[in-house]
Amino acid sequence: MDEIQKTLLEQVADLHEIPAGAFNIRANGQSAGRNTTANIDIVTKEDKEGIDIIIKSGTKRESVHIPVVLSQSGLTEMVYNDFHIGDDCDVTIVAGCGIHNGGDLASKHDGIHTFYVGKNSHIKYVEKHYGSGDGKGERIMNPQTVLELGENSYMEMETVQIKGVDSTKRFTEARLADGAKLVITERLMTHGTQYAESSFNVDLNGADSSANLISRAVAREDSKQLFLAKINGNNRCAGHSECDAIIMDNAKISAIPEITANHLDAALIHEAAIGKIAGDQIIKLMTLGLTEAEAEAQIVNGFLK
Amino acid sequence: MLELKNISFQVADENAKQKEIIKDISLKLDDHTFTAITGPNGGGKSTLAKLIMGIEQPTSGSILFNGTDITYMSITERAKLGISFAFQQPVRFKGIKVKDLIMLAAGEKISTAGACEYLSKVGLCARDYINREIDASLSGGELKRIEIATIIARNTPLSVFDEPEAGIDLWSFNNLIKVFEELHDTSENSLIIISHQERILNIADEIVVIANGSVQAKGKKEDILPELLKGTGGCKFYQ
Repeated sequence: MDEIQKTLLEQVADLHEIPAGAFNIRANGQSAGRNTTANIDIVTKEDKEGIDIIIKSGTKRESVHIPVVLSQSGLTEMVYNDFHIGDDCDVTIVAGCGIHNGGDLASKHDGIHTFYVGKNSHIKYVEKHYGSGDGKGERIMNPQTVLELGENSYMEMETVQIKGVDSTKRFTEARLADGAKLVITERLMTHGTQYAESSFNVDLNGADSSANLISRAVAREDSKQLFLAKINGNNRCAGHSECDAIIMDNAKISAIPEITANHLDAALIHEAAIGKIAGDQIIKLMTLGLTEAEAEAQIVNGFLK
Repeated sequence: MLELKNISFQVADENAKQKEIIKDISLKLDDHTFTAITGPNGGGKSTLAKLIMGIEQPTSGSILFNGTDITYMSITERAKLGISFAFQQPVRFKGIKVKDLIMLAAGEKISTAGACEYLSKVGLCARDYINREIDASLSGGELKRIEIATIIARNTPLSVFDEPEAGIDLWSFNNLIKVFEELHDTSENSLIIISHQERILNIADEIVVIANGSVQAKGKKEDILPELLKGTGGCKFYQ
């Protein structure tokens, strides 16, 4: 693995070296390393690009890292990764994609991650996106996530895309069984002429299932963002979505929350707020000795932290 | 320490007519003085405080801080010269923690224990607050005390407090008085506190009464306070 790839890996997976536990590193469309453990198996798909990650029932306090790095300009790939998670697990999964495009051709990584989460399992899933390189070629990522949450399972999904991705369309769909809980936290910042779209479709099918979607976004310069959150309450359940966005310069942001109750005991709430940085926030930080630009940076960093 | 020379401040009202909020105010505050500014609502006290910090710019006149003309300096420059400002209505920030704000105020990397010390001074149990976000989950009184903690952390030659007592409960108010007394007694710094509270006026060295945009009275606490306490109806400063 070369230096550029190592930097990308550090950005998307916080990895400085080979991680402990199970991992699969994909670099420029090829496997660049894999490790399995007694409880976690990783198998290459035979019918299409991608891997199956199989986590045995009862696996506790283990982690899986599956970062993807692209440093070859013009590479386009579509990857299918399926996670089969047994019952009573407690596992952290870190995925992420970094693209360095120093050339003039568009580089694109599309991926579909599907999670089948067993009963009572507790999953933390972290996904980071990062782009770098000063070539004219676009850096494009279109991640799709499908979550099938079993009875009384709990999934925490955290996605971060702060820098350098020119175009992204993210789609997340989830179906929750009885007692399942889902918490999604999304942090997004766009700049330049970037475009980002994030859409969610959550079906609360099980009794006492619940979902909380939290999005914090900053759009600066000429970038555009679209946020769509759809929650369907099909049983006795609780759903909440919250989109909070800071708009700067000439950016444009749309937030479209949608909630549908198909059951009398479905309790659903949506919140969406878009606004520029409040003038009094900047003034307060300036009274502490920060310049206007430093104050703005503090406010944005805090907001996305 | 601070000198205001013929400061006036006008704003355009809804009919685009100029309204004078501050009318030709001249004031001189000595080093290591605790000055309380009081007077009726709408009299121009908060505007005066904002003019000192640079949040508003005067229409005419000049402001000197330790001999330096700061009239056209930015808020940042004044802050760096050594002026602090506690907001009457403190600002909320999503994502910024109490600890972050106190560290920014202290202007250096301080330990969590150091940040906690400032919170303890304003009567907040530090452990409960240090990692909380300065967002809508904090009550008005909590925010107000955090605001005062940031000013203590800055430890600048001049601190301006705009109605620090507003929104603070009675128990905290007793502590607040102690905080101001301690600030005054343990450092060479100067304080300007805008207040309507007799107990704050009572611990000040000097009292300035501002009404209708002008200084109605200025002098030692011993001379001004008894007049004020005769009751607003009969108070000559309020007429």
